[in-house]
Amino acid sequence: MPDALAQAVAPSSLTGDGGAARPPGPGPGSALVDAVALNKPRRTLIPLPRPVRRLAGPLLLVLVWQLLGTFGVVGERVLAPPSAVFSAGWELTRTGELTDHLLASLTRVASGLALGVSAGLVIAVVAGLFRLGDELLDSTMQVLRALPVLGLLPLVIIWFGVGETPKIALVAFGTAFPVYVNTYSAIRGVDHRLVESGRTAGLGRLGLVRHVILPGAVPGFLVGLRFALTGAWLIMIIAEQLNATNGIGYLMNQAQSWYRTDIIVLGLLIYGLLGLGADALVRLLERRLLSWRHGFEGGA
Amino acid sequence: MTTASDTDKDTAAHTATAELAVSARKVTRTFAGREVLSGIDLDIFRGEFVALLGRSGSGKSTLLRAMAGLDPETGGRLLVPRRRAVVFQDHRLQPWKRVLENVILGLPRQGARDRGRAALAEVGLTDHERAWPGTLSGGEAQRAALARALVREPELLLLDEPFGALDALTRLRMHALLRELCAVHRPAVLLVTHDVDEAILLADRVLVLTDGRIGPPRTVDLPEGRRRTDPDFARLRGDLLAELGVAEG
Repeated sequence: MPDALAQAVAPSSLTGDGGAARPPGPGPGSALVDAVALNKPRRTLIPLPRPVRRLAGPLLLVLVWQLLGTFGVVGERVLAPPSAVFSAGWELTRTGELTDHLLASLTRVASGLALGVSAGLVIAVVAGLFRLGDELLDSTMQVLRALPVLGLLPLVIIWFGVGETPKIALVAFGTAFPVYVNTYSAIRGVDHRLVESGRTAGLGRLGLVRHVILPGAVPGFLVGLRFALTGAWLIMIIAEQLNATNGIGYLMNQAQSWYRTDIIVLGLLIYGLLGLGADALVRLLERRLLSWRHGFEGGA
Repeated sequence: MTTASDTDKDTAAHTATAELAVSARKVTRTFAGREVLSGIDLDIFRGEFVALLGRSGSGKSTLLRAMAGLDPETGGRLLVPRRRAVVFQDHRLQPWKRVLENVILGLPRQGARDRGRAALAEVGLTDHERAWPGTLSGGEAQRAALARALVREPELLLLDEPFGALDALTRLRMHALLRELCAVHRPAVLLVTHDVDEAILLADRVLVLTDGRIGPPRTVDLPEGRRRTDPDFARLRGDLLAELGVAEG
């Protein structure tokens, strides 16, 4: 046994190799620790499942918020307590108003997203795959990307009036860019070694696009889609508050005139929930489209 | 027969190359003014296993890439068969395709899956046909890459340090597997490697690439089941190491 190796294992009476000569190690050595236990998670103080424990914080916040309202520390005109928000939600749902506004907003966002995401995707593919497309489109997109979307609002109103079109156009404009930028750079970033291996496997240009380049760009596209979804709601809130006769943003704006903070908070809550829903949707897409990644994340 | 660059169609060469899988004449390649290949002449016969040794940066991979048709900047005349396949040092499986789909990538759809399964069986990966490449071990991934190459029934198999990234034990098993498969399929093989032992164990002929030129060919004439302990093996290794500029310790 080489000396170095022996020393590394040595200082212990637990090794059980009573017959082997003890090498000249550094004395009795420190106590041994259990390597397996080192990595075990520590037991928590509260014996509750993790999701329940994670919910405790937000629930506590709601409780404090409610108490502040109940004891009159914060007036209803400043911030309505959760109970008032809840009853406002119930009331508006009962009359069908909330559903109408929600549907109006959802339709706008969905149409704008559909347009913007497809435009961003198509432009990214053309610019990513063809040199001429790249030269013509990429610089153009980079310039347009620098324009603040909401700054276009007055112009869009002049062009399209006050109907549905300007809102959809704004959402489309605002969502095309994140999709474009991320998809384009993902296409450009596809590992050239994979392209080479595809080529030696006999793939032609079309085959390379279909089997190597586009699948390789999906992760980037999904990142762009995430940004687009968040951006779409942001744009929609502003657009609806400035210029609309229905939608959640309009509802909130009306509530402002009557100091109905319960409805305003309700609107915010709905936006939050929609954001969560959009995120869940993308995660579902990721799970389906990126199942091959599980190998790398060890979650197979 | 086609040219690697599809520019040079010398009809006279076709008659002369009936038994050849590779015919290289005065092949050159320059990178930013530095000549990496300076006039390579090389014939590889059908079914012949040639190993090409060289130090890191000697241009051996450059020559292989030219034969693979991956380098349009190559000068000279380089004739290779139409059906050729490459195994790289990294497996280069498409991470978003399952193993079987990787193996049959680029094949005509008709009967591809059955052929792919047969190739996977040959490399012992039948149980992994639905696995994602990311879940394979290094040896398994490299076997899948070998299956992807063999399923095309190549006339020329190009191996670019295919076992360089594997551990020593896996490498030994891969050597045995490659020897078996080549005995069955009989492609012409060009193995680029820096491992002298590997070259002697596998090849019929070993070449050394130094300063952009190929040295004298050395035919490996060892009894079946080549052993490193064979004195002829040791002599050949010594000669090759000397040619590579390494003194044997």
